This record gives sequence, structure tokens and C-alpha cells, in this order.
Amino acid sequence: MAANLVNALADLKEEEALKIVKDRLNANEDPLKILEDARKGMEIVGKRFADSEYFIPDLVYSGEILKEATELVKPKLTQAADTKKLGKIVFGTVAGDIHDIGKDIVVFMLDVNGFEVIDLGVDVPVQKFIDKIKETGAPIVGLSGFLALAFDSMKETIEAIQAAGLRDKVKVMIGGGQISEEIKKYTGADAFGKDAMAGVTLAKQWIGAK
Amino acid sequence: MAKQWEEMSPEEKQEELFNRWLSPKDPEGKDLKFQSPQAEKAYKDRITRIKDAIQMKKTPDRVPVFILPSFFPFYYGGITPREAMYDYDKLTAACKKFLLDFEPDGHLGTDMPGPGKFFDILDYKLYSWPGHGVPPEQSYQANEGEYMKANEYDALIQDPSNFFSNTYFPRVFGKLESFNMLPALTGILEMYGVAYNFIPFGVPPVQAAYKALMEAGNEVMKWVGAVMAWNMETTALGFANIIGGYTKAPFDVIGDTLRGTRGIMLDMYRQPDKLLEAMEKLTPLMIKMGVGAAQMNGKPLIFMPLHKGADGFLSDAQFKKFYWPTFKKVMLGLIDEGIVPFPAAEGHWTTRLETVQDLPKGKTLWMIDQSDMAKTKKTLGKVACLAGNMPTDLLTVGTAEQIKDYAKKLIDTCAPGGGYIMANGAFFDKVKAENVKAMVDYAKQHGAYK
Repeated sequence: MAANLVNALADLKEEEALKIVKDRLNANEDPLKILEDARKGMEIVGKRFADSEYFIPDLVYSGEILKEATELVKPKLTQAADTKKLGKIVFGTVAGDIHDIGKDIVVFMLDVNGFEVIDLGVDVPVQKFIDKIKETGAPIVGLSGFLALAFDSMKETIEAIQAAGLRDKVKVMIGGGQISEEIKKYTGADAFGKDAMAGVTLAKQWIGAK
Repeated sequence: MAKQWEEMSPEEKQEELFNRWLSPKDPEGKDLKFQSPQAEKAYKDRITRIKDAIQMKKTPDRVPVFILPSFFPFYYGGITPREAMYDYDKLTAACKKFLLDFEPDGHLGTDMPGPGKFFDILDYKLYSWPGHGVPPEQSYQANEGEYMKANEYDALIQDPSNFFSNTYFPRVFGKLESFNMLPALTGILEMYGVAYNFIPFGVPPVQAAYKALMEAGNEVMKWVGAVMAWNMETTALGFANIIGGYTKAPFDVIGDTLRGTRGIMLDMYRQPDKLLEAMEKLTPLMIKMGVGAAQMNGKPLIFMPLHKGADGFLSDAQFKKFYWPTFKKVMLGLIDEGIVPFPAAEGHWTTRLETVQDLPKGKTLWMIDQSDMAKTKKTLGKVACLAGNMPTDLLTVGTAEQIKDYAKKLIDTCAPGGGYIMANGAFFDKVKAENVKAMVDYAKQHGAYK
């Protein structure tokens, strides 16, 4: 099929992708089917990023095209998409650090790999992590940080998770900037990921082990 | 008679800038009086050691060692980052203690935190700083945003200065919002019509902005007075501030504080030609910025913090198309004026090494963060002096023994043949003092060239 939304999105053809979405909506196609194709396109984007074929600009651009496509589809949407998710992950940049690029990439990659990510944003207070873990029952927590001060914020967050009696209910991964095996030990995290794909691999292992 | 600057070759200009750095002047323009003959010798040995490492013509007496901190000297000196930005006496005292206790061959001076009150006066929005958006005990952080809109490339390209004063300033300085009313200076031409251009200067919001500017200027004079007095004092003690000024790669100019990361990445797809044109337009301006600072400070090293060219940020093809050409032009333009560009390759640059090694030998100094050092030495290290790679995580949570092991590895890998300066890889805040000391001591004890 020439007008293939999956490929148009995967190949980052903005105009083409949006035209297909409009045409399919005009043809009264089920909006959920269109979104499903968009999701498949994003899955390919994620795969290409994992294979170092795509880089950050390509992720950013694909996200932008998806956003525009979703805006077009939304008014026609009567029921929410019901996609099966692998599992929940509470994610955020730790207190004191406002960097979001690295976090957003990992969240993106977890999302396209089938996880339901609860993204708490940047400079997330310790208590907010605790509240969200309790509320969602997420078995995985991801802590991001670019600055060296994040080492201590991560340590404090993990200690607070422990103090709240949740430590054996969650696996904690950390990543970003200067994070290493040494910092993993320092903070008490279960693992660190050196890039976004490492985060996905860890999450899959942890969910699989449950 | 000595050659005039304009008649010198780039090599002679570089030699001249090193000579000026070797012979510092006091505020009256006379030769600076060192505190003792030992201090003078220490100073000249340090500059010579750094020069030999950079020029790569012969090995220095030993591997030089730099400490390139962010807010570390303030934590170490027992003051908060807030105090470092607002209390210039505390700032300079902490920085002096830092030098006396660690004795690096090269340091970054005292001006990194900047004058807090100055930022308050102008209501600077581009950053959050200690006590103003972040806690008093933390360093500052950038508030990324689209301070230039996607449709403003033509305005930037046609008249960069006007774009900065009339569009960018009103967005990043709350108190200069009324600068969007300023005239285009290129419209001020002849008797008839000149006066109309001055209408904005008669309206209260613009007048208030100018009052704020004067107040800001007064604050900067207080701060810079303290900074310069400290520079004189510590130079007289034999310490070498390595920074002659700074400039940036054009891609980072647009990607950091104008369009933002997301903005510039979308522009790469949606309006690549405009982006490329704007970077070309900024290139001579970035060269001029570095040349002016080096001339004013009488020093060859111009710092260039590199951000969005790192591994992962761009594909190799994107790097070669968007980042490298104008970055290289800026460096070559600086080198032509005798300057030693001092780029900091923050993060990982391992995949960029093949590309960035296309530079004349002995003309640049690279601060390397987490790139593979063996590979860096074999590529970029053939033509450029490397500094850094001592990891922040080790400095923060490691032991002095681990630091020594790592320092040994660095010397074994990078020192042979010269062209290496021991230093931390990334700017750091809170780390263990004994680890910083261990890094410096190791270079001094084990870095000698036989």
C-alpha cells in the first residue's frame, strides 16, 4: 500500500503521515485503527533508535508528528484506546534537577516498548514518588538525573522508598549524566542504565521475572 | 622593531599571546610584581608546562594538572552557592583557599558563579540560581525554552544584533521587556528623520529599562573589581587562571538558548536551510567574541563548552551536516588570530573523534569528559592536547586509592609523547576533597617526563 501510515511515521514523513490521517478520517475509518497504525510506526522509530539508526532529533520529530496526528484523530474518538501494557513504571527526574531530555528519551522508549509510564516530570520531590508508587502499585521505578547533585537526591528517594516499606515491592533503576556502577552502589538502586535501551532491557527483565 | 599584530603569522600570534600570558601586567599596565621569586618561578613554570603540552613540539617537564570545578570551591570553603553569587568577599576568600590547598597548575578563576544581584536587577529568566528558583545550596540551572520562535530565523539572519536587543533581551531579561520598542540603529541616518528614532527613549518603560541597566552596570563593576583584584593577587602568588574568554559552536548558540533542544531538532527537519544559514551568520560573530576576549585578557585559551554535538544527540550524518562545519570554522578563525580554542567535549564524543581530528596540530586543547581515552589519544590526541577524563562519579563516591589507579591509567594511556593535561572530565560541585587532592598529587609525583 502506497499510503501507509505506519511507514510514513516510521520514515518521519510529516506531511505524508498527516495527509493519510486526514484522508482516512474523511473516509470515516475507525479512529482507533488509525491510532493503532501510528503506534506501530512509533514502535519502528523506537527500534531504529535502539539500532542507532535514529538519534534524538529523529525521536523528537517523530513525537511531534504523532502529536499532530493524535490532535487530528481526537475529535472523532468516542472510546479510549484499550491497549495491553506490559506493566507500570513510575518515572521522574529527581529533586533539585530540572533536566528532562534524557528522561524523556527513556520514557519514550519504555512507552513504545509497551510499558505504561507514569511520568512525574522533573525536580520531583521524594514524597511524590512514594505517593505515586502507592497509588499505582507500579513494580518499577526509574530515577533520572543529569547533575551530580542527583546522586544524593536518588539516594534520598530510595531511602524514603525503603522507609515507606515499599523497597521490596519495587525495582529501582537510575540513569543519566554521570551515573555509573559506583553511583548505583552509592544510591542503593537495583541497577543503572547507560542509555535508554538499557532501561528497556532492565524493565523487561524485571517484569518477566515477576 | 617588533612586528605589528597584523603582520604576524598565526604561529607568531599564538607565541605572542603565550608571551603576554607569561608576563602578566598590573592594572597600570606595568609588569605585575610577584609575591616572591618562588611565586614568579612557579607561575612561569606552570604557563610553560601548559604551553608545551598544548603546542606538542616538545614534552613538558611533567604532565600539567588542572582542576576545573563548578561550585566545588564554595562547598569546600564552607560557603553556599548563594553566598558565592552574592557576597564577593566570601567568593574570593573561598576561591583563594581552594588554590592554596590544592595548588593546581591551571584553574578557572572566580567568575563562574556571576553576580547574583545583577541577575536580580535585570530579572534574568534564562536561569534559576541559588535562592532564586533553586535552593541556596545548589548551583544554577538553565531554563530551556524557545527564546527564539521557529519563524524568527530571517530576523536573526538579517540583523543579529537587532534580534538580540529587541527580541531576545525582552524575553530573557524581565526588566528589558520594553526593548522591543527600540529603533533599528541602522535607520539613524541623516538630519531629517533622526529624531523620530529617539521617541522610544522618551517613554517611561524604556527609560525604566535604562535605569535598570545602569544599576546592573554598577553591580557588575563591584563584582568585576573583586574578581580582577583576586586575579592579580593569585597570579602574584604564582597561580594560573587559564581562561582568556569564551565562545560557542554556532549549533549550540541556537540549540542551547535561542531555539532550545527541541526547537533546533525540529528545525533540522522543517527548515534546515534557514538553520544552516543562521549558523553561518553567527560564525564570524563567535570568532570575534573569542578574539576580543583573548586580546583584552592577554591570554590564548578561549573556552568553548560543547553541548549538542555529543554522541547520541545527533547521528554521524547530522553531526557532519549541522554541527561540525561551523564549529570548525569558529576554531580555525580563532587559530588564525593566535588563539588556542579550548572546547569541552561534555558527555561522550567517541563517535566524533574521526571527524574532529581534522585540525592543525598543536593549536587546540580539548577537555574530555567520558569519551574512550585510548581511542581519543589515537585520533584527536595526535593533533590536539587532551585534558580531563577523571570521572565525576569516582571523585564523588570513590576512594583516593581508586583516584590514583585511574590517574595512573590516564598517564599510561595519554601522557606518552606529551599533549595530555591531568584534569577532571566534567565540572563538579560536591566531591570528596581528598580525591581532588589525590588527582593533583598523582600528576605531580608521577607525571614527570624523563
